[in-house]
Amino acid sequence: MSTTGINWFKYSSPATFYPLAGRMIPWFAGLAAVATVAGLYLGFFVAPPDYQQGDAYRIMFIHVPAAWMSMFIYVVMAGYAALGLIFNTRLSAMMASALAPTGALFTFLALWTGALWGKPMWGTWWVWDARLTSELILLFLYIGYMSLEAAIDDPRRASRASGLLAIVGVVNVPIIYYSVEWWNTLHQGASISFDKAPTMADSMLAALLVMTFACWMYAIAVVLARVRCIILERERHSEWVLEVLEEERR
Amino acid sequence: MWAALRSMVMRDLTLAVRRVADVLTTLFFFVIVVSLFPLGVGPEMETLRVIAPGVVWVAAILASMLALGRLFGNDYSDGTLEQILLAPQPLSLLVAAKVLAHWLVTGLPLVLMAPLLGLQFGLEGEALWTLWWTLLLGTPAISLIGAVGAALTLGLRGGSVLVSLLVLPLYIPVLIFGAGAVEAQVSGLGATAHLSLLGAIAVLALCFAPLAAAAALRISLD
Amino acid sequence: MSWSEFWAMGGYGAYVWGSYGVALLLMLMEVWRVRQRRRTILHRLGRIQRRSGRRVEHEA
Repeated sequence: MSTTGINWFKYSSPATFYPLAGRMIPWFAGLAAVATVAGLYLGFFVAPPDYQQGDAYRIMFIHVPAAWMSMFIYVVMAGYAALGLIFNTRLSAMMASALAPTGALFTFLALWTGALWGKPMWGTWWVWDARLTSELILLFLYIGYMSLEAAIDDPRRASRASGLLAIVGVVNVPIIYYSVEWWNTLHQGASISFDKAPTMADSMLAALLVMTFACWMYAIAVVLARVRCIILERERHSEWVLEVLEEERR
Repeated sequence: MWAALRSMVMRDLTLAVRRVADVLTTLFFFVIVVSLFPLGVGPEMETLRVIAPGVVWVAAILASMLALGRLFGNDYSDGTLEQILLAPQPLSLLVAAKVLAHWLVTGLPLVLMAPLLGLQFGLEGEALWTLWWTLLLGTPAISLIGAVGAALTLGLRGGSVLVSLLVLPLYIPVLIFGAGAVEAQVSGLGATAHLSLLGAIAVLALCFAPLAAAAALRISLD
Repeated sequence: MSWSEFWAMGGYGAYVWGSYGVALLLMLMEVWRVRQRRRTILHRLGRIQRRSGRRVEHEA
């Protein structure tokens, strides 16, 4: 092995990544907790009530980060899936499957909080608005990914098949998004514009960004914890697993 | 090369002709699902005319999805598929040939039957013609996208239910432009934009879906 | 601003706290499930380890 440069593939080995992830989780979890407290403080005590929506707009501080996370996580998941398929790295495929449940959770949260925001603002729990519909379809894509993975017993085939599905899905996401947008503008009746929201106060924006950061940290912490479980499950017959466990027990 | 593709198409067609019942099942499913809607919604022609494109399209999607299991299923269980994977011709082209044969026996009958069902729903003239065109352009895309799902779920328990979870979300753009075209035609906007977008989706699906389905077959048979 | 006013959220309390409550609940559930998963696999690994350890003793 040459000594120049960092060998990135070293970290793509589950055996080196497992303890590394274990050391990183407390940091991300701590940052998530601190950022959540700070973000909620900003969002509920510093940010003023909106002059149109009163206090209901405060749902935004969880709704918008959840919606962003749901989309980012899908793209990241597809990226890992692609890496796993191209370079045949086991860890990337494991990361992709560790990301899916968290992504689905954020998608569901975006829908749920969207409904709870929509009821007082639009007077209805659900509108077939372009964004809500795309979010719903995203949830379907996550469900498809997870069901395919769960249906295949052989873990290698499961991760490769679901990885391919994630890539096909991410290629389709823009097409789906634009077709839904088109469909929505054609049916003017249901469209409700969110874009004309009054300009946000600085404290609102700050709260939103801090909450987004908190969601990121939470997602990273929980995904790392899950990928550690997946590593142990898939590598349970290899030597290093037993060694690492001995180490941890000490 | 062409000879191989032609013989693949001919072989699948011959097999399908020997099992006409399978082909008819898909077609009857389509007809029955469409005919259920007036019973559920009510016989007012005004309402039926509005929902007709959507109903016919959703039923067509469900019917062709129902037939997806047969796309690779029989070849998989008798081992032919492994031979196809070893063939010297590019796998994606062979997959495209199989999808073409599959569309000829499952998609095309739906397209031919659709105007009759449209009449039942009070569509006429231009609208009926547009519906026919959208199905003609859209069902090949449906078969192509479905091939990816069929290849991924090959040989899995509950594969036929699973495949619907995988491919139905991917069908949404086709559904939107397909059903939307008829509506646009009726409302006087003209269906050209919808039809060209539908054509674009079909071309994209033709370029990429066989590649993805071939990759999926290799994964499933690995 | 009093606490009761804070919880009322200007009449939107149910919606606001419904959103944050479910978010918190789901995240706690996710963390709990990952914990559970880890416990299960560690338990299984412990059994594998003990069994392999015993086999080594037998062979020795």
